[in-house]
Amino acid sequence: MDVVWENRALLWIGLKYTFKLFAVVVVLGTVLGTLFGIGLLYGNKVIRAVLRAYVDVLRGIPLIVTIFLVFYGPVAYGVDLSPFQSIVMALSVFSAAHMAEIVRGGISSIPAGQMDAAKSLGLTFRQRILGVIMPQAAPIMMGPWTNLAVDIFKSTSLAILVSQADFLFSVQKRATAKGHYMEFYIAAIIVYFTCCFVISRAGAWATRRMRVGIAS
Amino acid sequence: MADTKVAGTHHQLGSTMVQIQNVHKYYGSLHVLRGVDLDVRSGEVVCVIGPSGSGKTTLLRCINFLETYQEGRILVDGDLVGYRDRNGKLVPARESEIARVRAETAMVFQQFNLFPHMTALRNVTFGPTKVRGVSKAIAEKRGLELLDRVGLSDKAKSYPNQLSGGQQQRVAIARALAMEPKVMLFDEVTSALDPELVGEVLAVMRDLAERERVTMIVVTHEMQFAREVADRVVFMDDGVIVEEGPAANLISNPQSDRLRSFLSRFADSGHLTRSQGADQLSAKS
Repeated sequence: MDVVWENRALLWIGLKYTFKLFAVVVVLGTVLGTLFGIGLLYGNKVIRAVLRAYVDVLRGIPLIVTIFLVFYGPVAYGVDLSPFQSIVMALSVFSAAHMAEIVRGGISSIPAGQMDAAKSLGLTFRQRILGVIMPQAAPIMMGPWTNLAVDIFKSTSLAILVSQADFLFSVQKRATAKGHYMEFYIAAIIVYFTCCFVISRAGAWATRRMRVGIAS
Repeated sequence: MADTKVAGTHHQLGSTMVQIQNVHKYYGSLHVLRGVDLDVRSGEVVCVIGPSGSGKTTLLRCINFLETYQEGRILVDGDLVGYRDRNGKLVPARESEIARVRAETAMVFQQFNLFPHMTALRNVTFGPTKVRGVSKAIAEKRGLELLDRVGLSDKAKSYPNQLSGGQQQRVAIARALAMEPKVMLFDEVTSALDPELVGEVLAVMRDLAERERVTMIVVTHEMQFAREVADRVVFMDDGVIVEEGPAANLISNPQSDRLRSFLSRFADSGHLTRSQGADQLSAKS
């Protein structure tokens, strides 16, 4: 593995790109997906229909198709997204669709009486969602959300197709240059697995903490 | 005024607090409220009785606009509930307006519906701080007083799942009171309780009615409570008010066949057989 270690600086550049991509997509996907999930439940007929179609389509096509569409599609219309922007957008709309379903499911599992009680106090919609519904739905959504985060981390490797700057690309480039494919890909496996394992453990820990907090 | 001591006339009643005018409610093609008219005056305690499916809970939920009604009007202290009057035509009110009117009424639910992620005290202070803009310190002082009034000052830091059903329901009453509502709505609040816990909740309600002169609309199966505490009892069946009047009169001397047959189903002691309440609970859980 010495050959891998000697190339660590270049690999680290790729890994930093992957971390950055992951962080941006998790935030965007979570925020957008939460709004979409709330819209799926409480929006008017038109909003619900549009979001339903969005969620079903995005979840029903291969992610790689979404990535190519976002990367190559807009060029014809004079919109030139950078590789980073393209992959962020593709992964974000993908994860937002999954997040919307997680949020919809989480909120649906809260008894209807909670919303009734919150309404009867005269709380506004925003106060009901933020103060009453979400704190109860969060521990329920935490498990699926952690799985989504792991999926997103693995999916960042698809950036190799369009941006040629992520960790997997740097691994591949070094492997080709040095001819030590086995060593470099084993290193990739170790890094990807470790990151996903940490995300998954952190999620499980947070879930337990939240369940204690809610005391039920 | 020979009957001044009879339950039903022991309150000094004020102006009209709730006006329900020809209210109709449909679930799809199902016509669940078929033109209900009812006025409740300030300080009055009105018990609504009737068989399940008669529309009594739906009526209560309409007053709090947890259900929309399609025709007629409901006014709480002059404020139209859920709608705005545009030249005599009703148009849906804005969300903020609905919330403002809802805050004037407070509801206590069959299933308590306490917020499980908040302590008993936070359940009580949440509404005042968020809706009324009361400072946390003042809300907590007042919240502790209210918990004390329902006999739970030692449970302020407990979470709902650490409390018995009766205790949870008393916290729920304190939560409703904290909003200083103009009307309190009680929706079969003892139906989900174990029999031995019913008394403590009814005692709190009786205290509110008799000492605090809170305006109350109480949907209930507790006939004895209705007879002793209510100023007026309203009997609903099939989406309409069939009969109403002073509690003792109505219960001991029903005029309609429907009310007679309804009352005959009650056991000796004056409330529904407990198995019925237990069935409802298990069906929901």
